[in-house]
Amino acid sequence: MKNQNHASFLCLAAMAVLVLWAAGLRAAEDDPPLSETDQCLSCHLDDDVMPQDYGEHDIHMQKGLSCAGCHGGDPANDDMDDSMSPAAGYVGIPDKKDIPRFCGKCHSDIDFMRQYQPAIQTDQAEQYGHSVHGAKLMRGDTSVAVCTSCHSGHNIMPASDPRSTVYALNVPETCNKCHGDAQYMKKYDIPTDQYEKFKKSVHGQALLEEQDTGAPACNDCHGNHGAMPPGITSISHVCGTCHINNMEYFAGTKMAAGFKKKKLHGCEECHGNHEVPKPSDKMIGDDKSSVCAQCHESGDKGFLTARVLRTRLDTLAAAYRKASVMKERVNSLGMDDLDIEFILQEAKQSLTKARTMIHTFDTLKVSALTTEGLVKNQQAIREARVQIEAYYIRRKGLGASTFIITLLIVALYLKIREIERRQKSTTGEV
Amino acid sequence: MLSDTGQKLYHWLDERFNLTPLIDYMQHKQVPVHKHSVWYYMGGVALFLFIVQVCSGILLLFYYQPGVDSSHESVRFIMTKVNFGWLVRSVHSWSANLMVFFVFVHMFSTFFTRAYQKPRELTWMTGFILLVLAMTFGFSGYLLPWDELAFFATKVGTDIAGAVPLIGEAMKIVLRGGDDVTGATLSRFYAIHVAMIPALFTVILGLHLLFVQRQGMHEPEAFKKLKPEQKKMIPFFPNFVLRDVLLWLIILNILLFLAVLFPWELGPKADPFVSAPEGIRPEWYFMFMFQFLKMLPAHIGFMEGEVAGILFFTLGGLVWLLTPLWAFKKRGKVDIMLLCGLLVIAFILVMTVIGYVY
Repeated sequence: MKNQNHASFLCLAAMAVLVLWAAGLRAAEDDPPLSETDQCLSCHLDDDVMPQDYGEHDIHMQKGLSCAGCHGGDPANDDMDDSMSPAAGYVGIPDKKDIPRFCGKCHSDIDFMRQYQPAIQTDQAEQYGHSVHGAKLMRGDTSVAVCTSCHSGHNIMPASDPRSTVYALNVPETCNKCHGDAQYMKKYDIPTDQYEKFKKSVHGQALLEEQDTGAPACNDCHGNHGAMPPGITSISHVCGTCHINNMEYFAGTKMAAGFKKKKLHGCEECHGNHEVPKPSDKMIGDDKSSVCAQCHESGDKGFLTARVLRTRLDTLAAAYRKASVMKERVNSLGMDDLDIEFILQEAKQSLTKARTMIHTFDTLKVSALTTEGLVKNQQAIREARVQIEAYYIRRKGLGASTFIITLLIVALYLKIREIERRQKSTTGEV
Repeated sequence: MLSDTGQKLYHWLDERFNLTPLIDYMQHKQVPVHKHSVWYYMGGVALFLFIVQVCSGILLLFYYQPGVDSSHESVRFIMTKVNFGWLVRSVHSWSANLMVFFVFVHMFSTFFTRAYQKPRELTWMTGFILLVLAMTFGFSGYLLPWDELAFFATKVGTDIAGAVPLIGEAMKIVLRGGDDVTGATLSRFYAIHVAMIPALFTVILGLHLLFVQRQGMHEPEAFKKLKPEQKKMIPFFPNFVLRDVLLWLIILNILLFLAVLFPWELGPKADPFVSAPEGIRPEWYFMFMFQFLKMLPAHIGFMEGEVAGILFFTLGGLVWLLTPLWAFKKRGKVDIMLLCGLLVIAFILVMTVIGYVY
């Protein structure tokens, strides 16, 4: 009986919790939208005087900051004069030159920002001050980009949101809005074809065509809030952020020291900048199309080194192609090509390593890697030959077994006929 | 000398097991010869392929290791490193398919020649059970290499089993060894494939063969009506047995031809976390059921379409099993059973073709 009472009590308590929870849910569902409680939004929407670039997915709006969060004023007061008075803290529309400070009010305040994201960056305004944009703005040039130029004013979304103007795939278009406008950029006397060049580059193809967000956009080389063109010393560090080995190998060469002395950009001299083409073995060597021939002359040491390096790479690349063709043949014959695939992956790795090692311009180091790759290719070719041979052995085996079994069939058929003939002769019937 | 030893051994066994009546019976057993005699050999071919299955299956067992981390790897090992492993695996797969095919042929030939009639009701029923077991062999064996297609096909197949009214969900969980197709499913299917079904199959096959031997071959109506002296017969041994062996050798040739020239492939290893690849389909002998279930509307009357479809096949199977109990006799020129058989074949063929084409 006592147990029954306990059970009834527990049931009642559970039901009460459920009812309260449901009521809570209902209350949450019934919360009126911001456009009804926020007087700024309410009037501006009614009068259709919202900013042109307003978007309801704006991150500030999503976090409940609404108009007064930036422009000040009292959003609870429906009297326009009172709510938009300096007494209510209304600051209105900031001048373009004040925008970095205007946004920085909150975005540079870690105590304020950490309530939204504990690990958020708060140095954007400071970085901006050191950028070319920021420096020019301070000198009174209001044509330069400020926060709203890239992030938009009223439709700001996190950089991780594909709809954002600063999402990796959208960054080149965003920068190009100003940097691609020849008229707008006229007074700065800088090229305006970066975007067109970038689109054709190996980076641009990967980012814009293949939608590979790991590929660099403008901000990955130039910085974003602290954007400026990389200098002579920093260019190889910019490229080296991703191409670490290439940077380290090149940094240790005599050529790097020579470049520095002659104030030549490290990587850019051979690979270009915005229009970085997909690197190929043709870039190195002694023929006219190679980048080496742009500086080295026939007979000099660098010219000879380039020839040796190119020969090594060509030999390995040709061997790899041959082994790959053999592997394809094995595959087309329906034989097992998995082991060959693994060996070829190692050979490909040696080729990639050798191509990277080119940046040391050390023929011995490159030769060591190409020899390693050649051995792997030979191994793959041997394995492929074994498989192709096995393919023909299997067919020969099938031929032999078919012949033997067919002989047995014929022999058995003759035997049956003989038995039946014998039976017929002894019994007169089958 | 050898003959003496043989005689002695025979006498020794005969004394204990009274073999002479059995040998006499076998020696005097006759098999009818007529225009439909060729169908008598289909069961023998299926039996031969079953023997191939057992032998190649045992060879595969030497190297096969069931498990999520070892099934696919061990099958690959068999195909690439074990001497003639590729051949044994290919023969096992081809022979499985040919066996199911010949069991179907055997069943329909029995149906159309009305061999299920009294006194062979139980022979028909054990034969049908053998067909179901052969299909279960195929379903359970399909998963064992643990490759992508097999994994998802098993998922779909067990999902269909789960739609059976009342017991479906429980059946699905028992089959899968849990809510989803996992390593537990693989272990179960392995046990089903190499222990449960072979044991059951051997017993039922033993009964089926015993019935066939005891009752002899069925004689078609036209043959039955002939006078005894008009009936052409051949001795079961050696004539019929040797012809059987002759056909077995031809089938062995075809089997080797298929296994070598069209080796059975091994797909990429199953990965439960990737989305299902395109072109998931069951083995061809399940295709007509799969396609029919796919084509059914979401609801048929008060029932879900899939449930109705499963009920249809369950009842259809039951009716087919019990054919000897309800079969209509031929009246004049109207042969209802012939129409029934043709209808079933047409249904199976049309559904299978649609399944592969669309």
